[in-house]
Amino acid sequence: MRYRHQRFAFVRPPELDGGRAHVPVLIVGAGPVGLALAIDLALNGVRSIIVDDGDTVSVGSRAICWSKRTLEVFDRLGVADRMVAKGVTWKVGRLFHRTREVYNFDLLPEPGHKHPAFINLQQYYVEEYLIDRVRAFPDLIDLRFKSRLVALQNHENGVTATIETPEGRYSISSDWLVACDGVRSTVRGLLGLDFVGQTFEERFLITDIEMKAEFPPERWFWFEPPFHDGQSALLHKQPDDIYRIDLQLGPDADPDIERRPENVKPRIEAIVGARPFEIDWISVYTFQCRRLERFLHGRVVFAGDSAHIVSPFGARGGNGGIQDIDNLAWKLAVIVKGDAPERLIATYDEERIRGADENILNSARSTSFMTPKSDAERIFREEVLAMAATEPFARRLVNSGRLSEPCSLSGLSLQSADDAACIGGLPPGSPCVDAPVRTPSGESRWLLDHLGGRFVLMTFGDGTSAPSGVRRLRVLPAGTAARNANEIEDSEGLVARRYGADAGMAYLIRPDQHIAARFLNPAASAIAAALDRASGKAMS
Amino acid sequence: MKGDDKPTGLDTAFRLGTRGDDVYAALIEAHRGLSHDESNRLNARLVLMLANHIGDASIVLEAIARAREGVTQTRSDKP
Repeated sequence: MRYRHQRFAFVRPPELDGGRAHVPVLIVGAGPVGLALAIDLALNGVRSIIVDDGDTVSVGSRAICWSKRTLEVFDRLGVADRMVAKGVTWKVGRLFHRTREVYNFDLLPEPGHKHPAFINLQQYYVEEYLIDRVRAFPDLIDLRFKSRLVALQNHENGVTATIETPEGRYSISSDWLVACDGVRSTVRGLLGLDFVGQTFEERFLITDIEMKAEFPPERWFWFEPPFHDGQSALLHKQPDDIYRIDLQLGPDADPDIERRPENVKPRIEAIVGARPFEIDWISVYTFQCRRLERFLHGRVVFAGDSAHIVSPFGARGGNGGIQDIDNLAWKLAVIVKGDAPERLIATYDEERIRGADENILNSARSTSFMTPKSDAERIFREEVLAMAATEPFARRLVNSGRLSEPCSLSGLSLQSADDAACIGGLPPGSPCVDAPVRTPSGESRWLLDHLGGRFVLMTFGDGTSAPSGVRRLRVLPAGTAARNANEIEDSEGLVARRYGADAGMAYLIRPDQHIAARFLNPAASAIAAALDRASGKAMS
Repeated sequence: MKGDDKPTGLDTAFRLGTRGDDVYAALIEAHRGLSHDESNRLNARLVLMLANHIGDASIVLEAIARAREGVTQTRSDKP
């Protein structure tokens, strides 16, 4: 069953009639990244306008693979349950070389986490669900379709943008403008900025096909399959009987010829056999692993594909973009509200450039493995693939994509040095790990439901009070029932185990569920200093 | 660790921790710009250095035999 695209009507904005012409945050682009930012800002009470030149959600499945960390962010935004319910949960990947399976892996995480390792869900569903969530904030989010950014001026204290609509142009000012307008970013073009990094010559042809089949919910990747001479191929299951097939094209392939349905069809038939299928969408892309040198240009901030692009194997594009927003939204919110100095924003650049570089490194290596250039590279790859059938070590060197994981923010400006008395568990900079907990009303819930959105001091045992403005969350051992909203019961003992917690331990957790500091039996002054640092107040 | 039935034999389980891709990338990079002969020389030096580092000749001999067996067995597969 194919997706039916709803068309969103143009709504005449007040600016065309001399009305409101300022907004704290102007978001350019209503893709997953821009929509997630608006929701996160709204949860912080900050108003935004999103402008998008289109009038519908993504055409084609595009980003389909959403990671556990992204689902945790979407959960914080209130949209994950719907996505997980609709998506295809998968954990097994199979690797084939020529005609034989050489390796399979199981991403099954340890039990005791709310979200699975990955779901597959077409980008159009992700955008639809995010738009539905946006509609829950009519006073805080103004989503404007058929509204194209055509000019912008970056001032010392804000940005002035010119927006073109079917009913005329208007000008609007904002304290901040966030470019979430994708790989061909208009904002990037208007500022005359370009990417630095590596472009590969190979292209991939990607198709969505609709087919009734019994393929399991697994990631199947082929090196040099018999049906696609010398190249690579990927098959991935999506909801609604839609399958994604990616086919590598050599550097000499003509994309306009390759994308013709009469040329695509025989290749798909070779993969799926005699089953009937229909082609839903075809696209061709070039591999790129590049980014802007800086994501911050005055009051203009870049997030998602407008800031960095990766080749797709590893699911590091869409997931990387959502992690940008996780990092950016709370910082913008406290700056706009005057609760933190403007220089806090510099840590978005610092932290997300680290994330982007990790994604770019991993995806460039996967791309290199798929497209060997020199004789030596071909020989090494050939032997790794051949040995993978019999030598366990070689399987781990086969690289068909290293799947998205959140990066550690350890050692960066906002994080305090680890307390030497803390052993095991999660050091500062780590994203918080989920675990089952029991609430005061006796419900079984998840630890991450209780973290995020604001600073939290999570404590084990007595004796540590939180600085003002910080929520204290006391974790009680299994068997000790929580009595109030600031307590949870570690119902299976997994919080203590995953956080290496001893009595007297305390974790200071950022609004984006990353650990800013941890301590054993801290003095109030130590917690206050770590909080000043994590909220940008101690930055020079 | 699995993959090693003999207590003192060649360990074919993955032992590079989180650095497997780093090592692979460094190997490929080391060959960049080298001629075919130079690549072979680089590989020879590497193998000899690593064999010496391993030190236990029985393990080196087992690896040699296993590698040669793999190459000759798949000879007929090659175009």
